[in-house]
Amino acid sequence: MSEHILEIRHLSKTFGSHAVLKDIDFTVDQGDVTTIIGASGSGKSTLLRCINLLETLTTGEILFHGRDVSKERINPSAYRAKVGMVFQSFNLFNNLTVLANCMIGQQKVLKIHKDEAKKRALYYLNKVGMAPYINARPDQISGGQKQRVAIARALAMEPEVLLFDEPTSALDPEMVGEVLDVMKSLATKDKMTMLVVTHEMSFAREVSTHVVYMAEGVIEEEGPPTKIFSNPEKERTREFLRRILNA
Amino acid sequence: MLTQLFSDIGSLWAKYGTVYLTGIANTLILAVTATLIGCVIGFLCGILQTIPCGSNENIIRRILLKLIRIIIRAYVEIFRGTPMILQAVFIYYGMPYFFGVSFKDIWTVSIIVVSINTGAYMAESVRGGIISIDPGQFEGAKSIGMNHWQTMLYIILPQTLRNIMPQIGNNYIINVKDTSVMFIIGFSDFFAVHKMVSGAVFKYFPSAFMEMAGYLCLTLLASFLLRKLEKKLAGKSNYELVSTDQLVMTAGTYNYPKEAGSPFEEVNKDLKGEKK
Repeated sequence: MSEHILEIRHLSKTFGSHAVLKDIDFTVDQGDVTTIIGASGSGKSTLLRCINLLETLTTGEILFHGRDVSKERINPSAYRAKVGMVFQSFNLFNNLTVLANCMIGQQKVLKIHKDEAKKRALYYLNKVGMAPYINARPDQISGGQKQRVAIARALAMEPEVLLFDEPTSALDPEMVGEVLDVMKSLATKDKMTMLVVTHEMSFAREVSTHVVYMAEGVIEEEGPPTKIFSNPEKERTREFLRRILNA
Repeated sequence: MLTQLFSDIGSLWAKYGTVYLTGIANTLILAVTATLIGCVIGFLCGILQTIPCGSNENIIRRILLKLIRIIIRAYVEIFRGTPMILQAVFIYYGMPYFFGVSFKDIWTVSIIVVSINTGAYMAESVRGGIISIDPGQFEGAKSIGMNHWQTMLYIILPQTLRNIMPQIGNNYIINVKDTSVMFIIGFSDFFAVHKMVSGAVFKYFPSAFMEMAGYLCLTLLASFLLRKLEKKLAGKSNYELVSTDQLVMTAGTYNYPKEAGSPFEEVNKDLKGEKK
């Protein structure tokens, strides 16, 4: 069996009687930049939250290097430390400075010494262009800056996969660019394995290696961006793209 | 008339000044100790009550968590729902019946009673403080692999503490005043001094006047200090930008690792001159 980093098998999720995800199957390999696109309410974010075990699966498996992590409900910490997540609403720790936000996980979860954690945090903050702001608290910086810090916080754990849950949706239009630039550089220069839920079609088309189109809780169509964007097979995909690209 | 009052106060103070001061000291020590212990109890209850309990966790854990919640609930309802003066009597005189031992030390009983009473109120304040924190804070902590205790200790409780400082202040001020009911079991606090002295010299009003002024001073001082503490917990209102000089050390020497592993291995390799 070839080595997939992540393999999602027959994943289903229901909230009450409402099925949000129905029998999802897909894989993520080393270096893949997979974007998940689709209309609001199609289950994209739920899928990402399930992958990070923030939601419990109703049925199905999530294999991380071949090991089913969805059964490790009691102690998912070790797995989560290897799969970073960037949220739509940033979720930076309000009681800590920018620097401490990027250090706390390293110190408490990875048990890295303070000095080393600081070096690593500075390196990644520098990478996202936020190094001058290390003494600021989250409520003192702008949305775009918060999201860049959130990316640095996730990177500082040196995860194998980075999940992005609509990272630019809560930002003012002029701040979207700075966050997308960071993500682009991660994808192209650092060859980071990324799974991105987004409405930014230009990012999906130009940066990603694989595009997944979701509709009503199922994967309607997937493939390389050139195929999905220029020659989609399904009518629904075509309809969605027509709507979103002409908007 | 007023001159009469002040001369009475003067003579009371001359004769019993040290007794009043000892009363103040006892009140303060009891109120501070009991509030601190009460906070610890409250935070403990708060953490225990908010341990996540999904429907798919194992049965023993679920039963245990349910039990903890029931016990805390009962504790809060009983100690919040009965007068502290009765609790003091209940515990002080009840111990010999249940355990065959009686407390020799009034201090111990008083601290226990006021602490668990404060704890019951604090448990609810802390629970309220925790549930008012944005769920995103929990998710952010979870997403970098922190467990429940780490999340609570480093992320949630510091924010909770800041949010419930006014509540803690409230409890402290209530304790300064309400520890006076401990006279029922013979604790000699500030108010007990009033009872003793005025009973001996029959100067009720001058003594009560001093008591009023004394209690007000204690609570005003507490309010002032608590405000200061709140400001301190809120942190600096501005921050300084850091020049990039500080980064010279790390910038350029640290390469993003291609394989997962310690990020400093590569740096070390560079330093040792090894080929990658």
